[in-house]
Amino acid sequence: MADKPEIDEVTGIETTGHEWDGIKELNKPLPRWWVWTLYATIIWSIGYWIVYPAWPLATDYTKGLLGYSQRQAVADSLRQARAAQAKFVKAIAETDIAAIRSKPELLRFAVAGGRAAFGDNCAPCHGSGAQGAKGYPNLNDDEWLWGGTIEQIYETIRVGIRADHDDTRSNDMPKFGVDELLTPEQISDVAEYVLSLSGKAADAAAAKRGKAIFAEQCTACHGEDGKGNQELGAPNLTDAIWLYGGDKASIVESIRTGRGGVMPSWEKRLSPVVMKQLAVYVHALGGGK
Amino acid sequence: MKHEILEKNSILLTVAILVVVAIGGLVEIAPLFWLQSTIEKVKGMRPYSPLELMGRDIYIREGCYVCHSQMIRSLRDEVERYGHYSLAAESMYDHPFQWGSKRTGPDLARVGGKYSDAWHREHMANPRAVVPESIMPGYPFLAKTRLDYGDIADRLKALRIAGVPYTDEQIAKAKADLEAQVRPDSDAAEALLKRYPKAQVRDFDANPKMISELDALIAYLQMLGTLVDFAKFDASGPNLR
Repeated sequence: MADKPEIDEVTGIETTGHEWDGIKELNKPLPRWWVWTLYATIIWSIGYWIVYPAWPLATDYTKGLLGYSQRQAVADSLRQARAAQAKFVKAIAETDIAAIRSKPELLRFAVAGGRAAFGDNCAPCHGSGAQGAKGYPNLNDDEWLWGGTIEQIYETIRVGIRADHDDTRSNDMPKFGVDELLTPEQISDVAEYVLSLSGKAADAAAAKRGKAIFAEQCTACHGEDGKGNQELGAPNLTDAIWLYGGDKASIVESIRTGRGGVMPSWEKRLSPVVMKQLAVYVHALGGGK
Repeated sequence: MKHEILEKNSILLTVAILVVVAIGGLVEIAPLFWLQSTIEKVKGMRPYSPLELMGRDIYIREGCYVCHSQMIRSLRDEVERYGHYSLAAESMYDHPFQWGSKRTGPDLARVGGKYSDAWHREHMANPRAVVPESIMPGYPFLAKTRLDYGDIADRLKALRIAGVPYTDEQIAKAKADLEAQVRPDSDAAEALLKRYPKAQVRDFDANPKMISELDALIAYLQMLGTLVDFAKFDASGPNLR
């Protein structure tokens, strides 16, 4: 490096003195405002070290003058949210579930809370639009296995279906095929008859044989006309709404295995207020009685 | 300072780079090994049972972490949706941990017990069957693939080297414990529960004929986030961050 800065002849700017294969570099320092901004931010950061948690020590770390804690912050924000909701939560807790619908302010809060709770707890099975899936009922239509009044919906949410709750809603359709209560031919005949109940094309002779078996085996729960019984959770077989599919193979499988889906009981996981909100929301989806 | 000495001596430059980079590492990483508050004091954490561990290895093999994190951040929206924020203690036996912020799918840190086994079976075979808007690929082969667990004891041993406190007994009984976790009400299952409290014992894939990869994966998913007893967790004091 030269002792004195060398001046480039063409531009009149001094060079850094570095040279590579005859090419020299002009000395163009960063603008002064930029450099001072950088120094200022470094000094500013020292303030952060003092007021926020920063440096590790022997077994602990510097906590900072503000005593800021991310975990405390989230606890505080949750508490604030609870406080903001407290008025409505209290009102819903004290209001009879059917009466919530006649109070617009409460209804709005219940539906909003119900929608959030539904998305978190119910949507994985019933779908985010409550449209259901095979084995998981559609909650938008007016077909209800265990009843569609707001009280009945609340009760289903509370105790579940075939769940680990003492009062759980439960029925037990026999496994006609698995337990060999009916022969495969008989099951096929009953399936033909069940197809005919909802106006689908069915083999007339088989359906006639199936009708006799149906009268003997199925009417106790599904009713003589096949319209079901909500007291027992027995589905209506005449309305062309199918939980497990309405083609013949699916119906045969239903008769063979008895199906028997499970819905959890939510009483231990959700508060009565949240369950009420859910019932109001589900009822308001369109199918509520 | 004259850069010329460094710039013209490659060995010296290498050493200087190492020193500079090491300072960053030392300041950010090293204190975690001696700070008392790095890992919270909690009740209930235990190493994975052999079946859960196989499930975890399948989870990693299939790249589930590419779309799912296992880290609930201490933010209100996350805590409201997923449950209590994750603790460092909850992944202290994870090698490697499954933290992250890439959430193409939901966070799974507390997915255990949220859905039924039947839901998981359907969802793994075809996610669209239960969640129509899902973009997750199906994993139908898991139910058909026999779980290869001949090396399960070695897996436990390897983890012990990494610092997971598996006992000699747990390693010796690894194979038996793995098979016991899908056989409820057996003596072997009782023994498993003594070694791994809160382990869930059932036939996860509903196929008693074989222990499938699906058995292991569902066993793993169903225990995620269920071990720490939050009724006894004190969020104040050294656990406050």
